[in-house]
Amino acid sequence: MDSLLLLIPVSLFLGLLGLIGFLWALRSRQYEDLDGAAARILFDDQPRKETPP
Amino acid sequence: MSLIGRAEPVAPGAVSAAACAHCGARLAPGQDRFCCTGCEGAHALVAGLGLASFYGRQATEAGTLRPEAMAAGLDLAPFAETMKDGTQRLELVVSGLTCGACVWLVEQALAAEPDVLSARASLSARRLTVTWRGEAARANDLVALLARLGFRVAPWSPACLRATEDAEGRQLTRALGIAAFGSMNIMLISVAVWVGTDMGPALRHGLHWLAALIGMPVVLIAGLPFYKSAWAAIRAGRPSMDLAISLGVLATALMSLSETIHNGPYTWFDGATMLLALLLAGRVFDRAARRRARQSVAELLALQEGIVTRLLADGRSEAIPAERAAAGDRILVAVGERLRLDGVAADPALLDAATTTGESVPRSFEPGAALPAGAVNMGAAFAMTVTAAAKDGSLAAMARLLERAEQAKGRFVAIADRASRYYVPVVHAVAAVTFAVWWGVLDAPWQVALVNAVCVLLITCPCALALAVPAVQVVSVGALFRRGVLVTSATALERLATADLAVLDKTGTLTEGRPVLIPEGQDPEVVARAAAMARASRHPLAQALARACPEAPAAEGVREVPGQGLERGDARLGSPAFCGLGPSADGMTLVFRDGAAEPVVFRFADRMREDAPAAVAALRELGLDAELLSGDGEGAVSAVAWQAGIRDWRAGADPVAKQARIAALKDAGRRPLMVGDGINDAAALAAAHVSASPAGATDLAQTASDLVLQREGLGALRAAIRIARRAQAIARENIGLSLVYNVFAVPLAVAGLVTPLVAAAVMASSSIVVVLNALRAAKE
Repeated sequence: MDSLLLLIPVSLFLGLLGLIGFLWALRSRQYEDLDGAAARILFDDQPRKETPP
Repeated sequence: MSLIGRAEPVAPGAVSAAACAHCGARLAPGQDRFCCTGCEGAHALVAGLGLASFYGRQATEAGTLRPEAMAAGLDLAPFAETMKDGTQRLELVVSGLTCGACVWLVEQALAAEPDVLSARASLSARRLTVTWRGEAARANDLVALLARLGFRVAPWSPACLRATEDAEGRQLTRALGIAAFGSMNIMLISVAVWVGTDMGPALRHGLHWLAALIGMPVVLIAGLPFYKSAWAAIRAGRPSMDLAISLGVLATALMSLSETIHNGPYTWFDGATMLLALLLAGRVFDRAARRRARQSVAELLALQEGIVTRLLADGRSEAIPAERAAAGDRILVAVGERLRLDGVAADPALLDAATTTGESVPRSFEPGAALPAGAVNMGAAFAMTVTAAAKDGSLAAMARLLERAEQAKGRFVAIADRASRYYVPVVHAVAAVTFAVWWGVLDAPWQVALVNAVCVLLITCPCALALAVPAVQVVSVGALFRRGVLVTSATALERLATADLAVLDKTGTLTEGRPVLIPEGQDPEVVARAAAMARASRHPLAQALARACPEAPAAEGVREVPGQGLERGDARLGSPAFCGLGPSADGMTLVFRDGAAEPVVFRFADRMREDAPAAVAALRELGLDAELLSGDGEGAVSAVAWQAGIRDWRAGADPVAKQARIAALKDAGRRPLMVGDGINDAAALAAAHVSASPAGATDLAQTASDLVLQREGLGALRAAIRIARRAQAIARENIGLSLVYNVFAVPLAVAGLVTPLVAAAVMASSSIVVVLNALRAAKE
């Protein structure tokens, strides 16, 4: 029974972390271009020039 | 040094002989690797940049990336924005950006420029943001680079922003996330309560409170989109699905709260939050599908955005958006350019007014005659004095006509709303009767009676019913999108499924809407030589000639004689008079004369689309009789009607007459599908039961249409109607299925046998059944 006192808050805390992560992703517009993001992870090349400072 | 103009040709690689190595279009016999010189240049450019791996991953449609021989000469420098740190930023809509590899190519090609700081393209919005250090005028070089790769660009416009910025959609997604979080965590606790029959009352009370702690805020926050819409429905005096949902969810939450307080056996927070999560998922998907269509339409419109060249008093000229030109300004109308404003010219002008009047043959306008906006300049470039600013001109008048037609159309009541009109009152009556029977007849305590009544609301809460239609919409709108049909209105499919008559415009709809070379047995070699010269001109007839012979390379050293033709050495291509023949009757003729050789005459006509008769026959097969409604003269209209196999035709119809014809059909009880592309069709499109515009339609027609066909031809109409009908049938089935569920579940709820476990099982299983059934809608 005592384990519940620990486990329930822990599980809720983890769930909340997930929710906060989701809200952050939504706020930083990561859901705007889902098709692009899906393709982008396959890009391996970096731009070949040095960006001037 | 810039990479632009430094590309070297590459050695031929192993490419399938049948398709163009750059754009993938089918090759004509005799072509080696490329379908045109533009593609050859683009391929060399890509390889020169070291980006040839693009071709391994390219997934665009064949022909999309064919660079146009003549890109529009719009100066983009004024659109570049200077940032605080002195860098320049430009936002563009990129057409042809349809696959991940395209995003990669565009970003890498731009990033390879030494002064470009960043380039980021968004695949779903087709939006490209590029920043660079230095001059604003570099914008044109960067855009030229994209044009040589085959991407058409336009400045990012407010209309694009409206289509992309979707605050309501973001709110729905946020609500969905919150509801999903809540329902999962409450389920964790609820399962413990359901299974833990040996649980002590104190622990159960604690778990109830925990569920309430999560459930109440989630219900209040995630349900907001429904509460808002329900409140609007109450104020309008119309019961809606959202009202039923809101009442069900709120009543369940309050009842569960009271059960929590006096430690009843169960709470129903899991049911309420799961219901919200499922409903929100349906809405989010529905919205995403239509957002994609809206963005594509905005992209099409941005590419047509009107830019005019204003002549300044000191002889210089500047490019400005058409809205900024005022009456009295003098603007230059280039060869082949579309007039954006009404005006008068001091010189005679030859204009193709097909989109404003439906005439298929260009007409000469005397000096001082009123030139209608929307017409295309088929003659020489001329200067014109603007007679009305954009907002007072004939295009604006047409837009107002369109608006009035839309208002007169009345609100179409979607099938889900019609169902809920009967459903909602019945459900609420059943819940009230349940409470009355338990409390008044069976003498149960009022809490028990209330729990049972609310269970009726929860179990009948139209979870499957609310998912039934959106799920089908998502699947069928997506299927149509893949076939190149954009669905812009939420109820378009429903209306399309019930259309019983097709009203077709002639010019640009049944016909191509642009001149096409009539083959008259000319020597192919002569055609190729003439086409090579024609590539140097933007004149519509010259472009038609170039299109007729796409493999001809652009000839060098061609000189354009304004208003007359082209010259290269002693070869001449141009108007009959320019080549020493008599004047042409209709302005649809070009003559090619190579030195002393016999002149060759090329005649052009607006040809009927190849698939028009098949499309008309397909419509008839689907039960839609076709009718032709055109502004052109009787002869031309009856000829096309006969060729396309249409019995009913009407000629000489102006925009008002077209709209009146649609209205008369509707008054007679018909449900017309209007298909048109012109400015003169817009009002009729808006008035019709459902409307579609073909590829290349004017922006006004596209805005007025429910469906926009992206690919050439009318073949997609048949698929659209079939998918719409199938979608309608499946939506009905879905509504039937969810009613069947209720027939079984409601008696249980009335009898007081519904535990949260039963409620959860019913809701989840009915939703899954409905969604699985909806997946069938993608098949034609």
